[in-house]
Amino acid sequence: MKRITLALALATAQLTSLSAHAVEYNQVQADKSAVNFVYKQMGVAVDGKFKKFSSQLSFDPAKPAAGKATFDVELASVDTGAPEGDDEVAGKPWFNTKAFPTARFVSTGVKPLGGNRYEVAGQLSIKGKTQEVVVPATFTPQGNSAVFDGAFTIRRADFSIGEGAWAKFDIVANDVQIKFRITASGK
Amino acid sequence: MGFTATRDYTATAKLLHWLMAVLIFGLLALGFYMHDLPLSPDKLKLYSWHKWAGITAFALLLVRLAWRAGHRPPALPNSMPKLMQLAAHGGHLALYLLMIAIPISGWLMSSAKGFQTVYFGVLPIPDLLDKNKEIGDLLALVHKSLNLLFIAVLAGHIGAALKHHFIDRDDILTRMLPRHSKEN
Repeated sequence: MKRITLALALATAQLTSLSAHAVEYNQVQADKSAVNFVYKQMGVAVDGKFKKFSSQLSFDPAKPAAGKATFDVELASVDTGAPEGDDEVAGKPWFNTKAFPTARFVSTGVKPLGGNRYEVAGQLSIKGKTQEVVVPATFTPQGNSAVFDGAFTIRRADFSIGEGAWAKFDIVANDVQIKFRITASGK
Repeated sequence: MGFTATRDYTATAKLLHWLMAVLIFGLLALGFYMHDLPLSPDKLKLYSWHKWAGITAFALLLVRLAWRAGHRPPALPNSMPKLMQLAAHGGHLALYLLMIAIPISGWLMSSAKGFQTVYFGVLPIPDLLDKNKEIGDLLALVHKSLNLLFIAVLAGHIGAALKHHFIDRDDILTRMLPRHSKEN
């Protein structure tokens, strides 16, 4: 009896995972998504986040190469942990949000790396400058939705983020790690 | 005149007292100065220096407390009224308590504000609190208030030492001076 139950459970699990594969995840749930960043200030890791962003996504794990993602981050929604930091980073030497309000990522290709790991190539535009980036991400189905987690590192100088007095890296390092979590439900 | 000479402080006690005096005045001045600066790389650098100096002062305080536990400081002169002696002991106790509470409040504030304290950029001091804006702002107020209280008690400490020297004309001030040594 126990064996039958187990077999049934396994079969159900397999069916569920099969049906999950047929789903294309494209409804981003903003409340379960996040964009964070970590940088080093005099050698000490400090983190922050962006409170406002939007994302369009279509990803079918059965056809990963056809996956697409665009990401728009409202740079003025930055949360550095201190109000004076938020004001400073929105200003001209950093993001210059008046002239360049959003950062945009547009994917150009998705490559499966095996298992639940993928590599998303794309173009990242911040402050009028565009760079090719490769973003490793994992895909985790959770019921009717899926979670995409990833992290990649940019160099702030590539985008002229932190000019003038901030241009040296002795206080605020050049490398900034961007971490994201996108939760999307399927249709 | 009317006072009996008392023992000098030991060389160790004097060294610790004056090292901490220099550090604490530096920390106070730096703290008030850097707080009002507009955000800049220099401001961030000064904040780090302030934290490092604060840890150093706290470490020296621990050494001082350990030393103090095994060495009784010289007694107060008999010429001092009992009430004044009590006030002197109370004042010193307040100074010690504030020297403990102020660096701890600064350390906790750093953690709550999301900026971990790393001694000289090398030795991470663990964060006891998670990042939390409300707690961070509250601890900033605590740190500031304790320091204002500290300045008031320090003013009393210095004022009392000067009063002993110039009005009472006893050796309370001179027995803490570096070169003044009668007995050790």
